[in-house]
Amino acid sequence: MYKYDEYDQAIVDARVEEFRDQVQRRLNNEISEDAFKPLRLMNGLYLQLHAYMLRVAIPYGTLSARQMRMLAHIARRYDRGYAHFTTRQNLQYNWMKLEETPDLLADLASVEMHAFQTSGNCIRNISSDQFAGAAADEIADPRPYAELLRQWSTLHPEFSFLPRKFKIAVTGSDTDRAAIQLHDIGLQLIRNDAGEIGMKVLVGGGMGRTPLLAHVIRDYLPMADYLSYMEAILRVYNRHGRRDNIYKARIKILVNDLGPAEFAAQVEAEWAQMKPLGLDAPAAELARIVAQFAPPALDADAPADIDLSDAGFANWVAVNTHPHKVPGHAIVTISLKAPGEIPGDASADQMDLIADLAEQYAGDEIRVTHAQNLVLPHVRRADLFTLWQALVGAGLATANLDRASDIIACPGLDYCTLANARSIPIAQKLAVKLAPQEADLGELKIKISGCINACGHHHAGHIGILGVDRKGDENYQLLLGGSGAEDASLAKILGPGFDEDGIVVAVEKVVDCYKALRSDPAERLLDTYRRVGAAPFKEAVYG
Amino acid sequence: MADSHLLRLRDDAVHDAAAVALADHQQGDTAVQLAPADDARALIPHLATLHRIDIVFLKFRDGRGFSSARILREAGFTGEIRAVGDLKIDQLGFLVRAGFDAVRSDLPFDPAVVTRTLQRFAHVYMKAADGRPPVWALRGA
Repeated sequence: MYKYDEYDQAIVDARVEEFRDQVQRRLNNEISEDAFKPLRLMNGLYLQLHAYMLRVAIPYGTLSARQMRMLAHIARRYDRGYAHFTTRQNLQYNWMKLEETPDLLADLASVEMHAFQTSGNCIRNISSDQFAGAAADEIADPRPYAELLRQWSTLHPEFSFLPRKFKIAVTGSDTDRAAIQLHDIGLQLIRNDAGEIGMKVLVGGGMGRTPLLAHVIRDYLPMADYLSYMEAILRVYNRHGRRDNIYKARIKILVNDLGPAEFAAQVEAEWAQMKPLGLDAPAAELARIVAQFAPPALDADAPADIDLSDAGFANWVAVNTHPHKVPGHAIVTISLKAPGEIPGDASADQMDLIADLAEQYAGDEIRVTHAQNLVLPHVRRADLFTLWQALVGAGLATANLDRASDIIACPGLDYCTLANARSIPIAQKLAVKLAPQEADLGELKIKISGCINACGHHHAGHIGILGVDRKGDENYQLLLGGSGAEDASLAKILGPGFDEDGIVVAVEKVVDCYKALRSDPAERLLDTYRRVGAAPFKEAVYG
Repeated sequence: MADSHLLRLRDDAVHDAAAVALADHQQGDTAVQLAPADDARALIPHLATLHRIDIVFLKFRDGRGFSSARILREAGFTGEIRAVGDLKIDQLGFLVRAGFDAVRSDLPFDPAVVTRTLQRFAHVYMKAADGRPPVWALRGA
C-alpha cells in the first residue's frame, strides 16, 4: 500500500488547518452560509435532510486495518456508531456536527486519509478495480497510476472550478470491475506490441440524466506521458464544456456534441502544446509509487485443496471468493448486503472486526467495492474456514455476491436532499423477497437510485429501479438490460412506474418471466433480455 | 489610500491604463480584458506590447479564467495578469498557481486571511504557472 512521506502528510495536514480556519470564519459569522457552502463542498461536507454528511475519500478503494479502525472510531466518536460505503468506493457519515468536522479531519489525517475533493466541480476520488493487485486476470496493478492521479489532481489550480464534477477510473484487466465505460475518463492498462504497459483512454461515459457510454479516444498512451495527456483533456473540457445548464455540463455532453473524433483531435492539439512543459512526473517517481504497491509475500506452495464438507462454508466459498494470482490463495468479498439490512452500511464493531481479520489473514489490506461491499484481497485458502467462522459470528458471511440480494442502493430520500424517493426500503424488501431463490437466478445485478442523478447506478443494472416524484408521491420506474461491466450497456425503461409495493411485485414478475424464458440455467437474466428483447418482459409485467 | 479590493503580488508600478475588450483590441494597446469565453491564445501575437491582461470572473464557479491565465504564462507573458470580478479569498492559492499576480475582487480582502491563505500549502503536487517545484521534483532531489 502507498505510504505517505513528509510531503503527502504536510499537504493533508495543511488542508485540515485550512478547513479549520474556514469553519471558524463561518462560526464567527465572518462569512455567510452562502459563501461557506462552496468551501465545505470542496471538502465533502454536505447539508442533508437531517444533519451534515461528510464523505471521506478512500483512494482507489484501498484501506489498511489501521485506517479501518480509525473509520470505526470516527463512527463512534462523531456519528451514531455506523458508516455507509458508497458506490464510488468512498465512505459517508450521516450525522455530523459542523464544529466537530475539523477534529474529525485531523483524526483522518493521522492515518493518511482525507476528504479532499469528495464533492464540488472538481476531480473526484480516483476509483479502481477492487481486486487490483490480486486478480488473476490483470496485466498490472492499476493503483500506482491511480495514486499518481490522486496526487496530480489534489488542489489542481486550473481544474478546481470545472463545469461539473469529474470522475476517473483506472483498471488493469479486460474484465471491467471498475465500470470504466461509465466514467468521465476511463483508463485501462494495456500492453503494446513491444510489451510496454500503457493506457487505453476512454472519455465521456456517465450516468445521471443523460446516460452515455464512453468513447475510446486513444488506443495506446505511453505511461511516461499520461499526466500531461490528462491535463490536455481537462483543459479542453474546462474551456469548452457547457456552463449554461447544469444538466448539460458533464464532459459526456461536450464529447457527444463535438463527436468523439473532433474531441480527440482537440485533445491531441492541446497535448502538443502542453507535453513539452514538463508536466509529467519522471519515471523515478512512478517507480517509487509502484514499489509501494508490491504485493505481500505470499507462499505459492500454500495448499489449494480445502475441506468443503460444511455446506454453508462451501457455498460461501463458491459465491464470495475469486481466484487469486498466487496459487493457494483467494480473494474474499465480505457482503454488506444481508437481506433486510441497509446496503453498504457497516457498524463500528463490524469495521473493527474486519480490520482485525485483514491484519490476521489478508496482508493488512481491505478494499471497498463500487457495489458497496468489502474485499479481503490476499487470503490463504487454508485460512478461509476460520475466516468464514469469524464472519458468521458478526453477521458478515452472507453468501450473495452479484446475486439478487446484493443490491446497490443510494441513500435516497431517507437521507439525501436531492432524492425524489426512498431507495433503502425498496432494496430491503426486494432482498428479502428474492434471497430464497437467488442461487437459482445466478448473477443478477439490481441497482436502485432515488433520483435521476443515478448514484445507485440504475442505468447499469440488469434490473434498474429509478425513484421519481409523481405529483408528490414516490414512484418507481423499472429498467432492464444495463451492465457496468466489460459488456457495458444502458438499461431501458420497460413501461409505466409503480408505487413502493408495486415495484417489488413487478420485479418478481420479471424474475418469473426470466425463469420461464432462459435457454439454460447458465443464461443470466441480462443475457435472456438481450436475446429475447423487452416484449416478453413487458407482457409479463403489464399484460 | 490603500485599495482593499485590489491585491497585487508584484513589485512594479501599477499599469492603470483602461483595459479594452478583446474584440476591440488594436495593435499598440497595453491593457486588455478577457471575458470568460474569450480565447486567450488570440492574444499570443500581441503579448510583447501588453502590460496588463484582466481576466474577468462573472461567477467564481466559472473556472475558465484559470485556463486563460495559465495559457498566457505558458506563452511566456510576464506582465500583470489580473483576476477581476466575483472571486473568493479562498481561491487565492489557485489563482496564484494558475499565473495570476493581481486580483481585483468585488468584495474587500481581509489582509490577515490573505497572508494565511497564501502561506497555507508549503508543498504542491503538480507543476503549474508559478514556478513552484512539484513534490516529485523535491523527492528526486
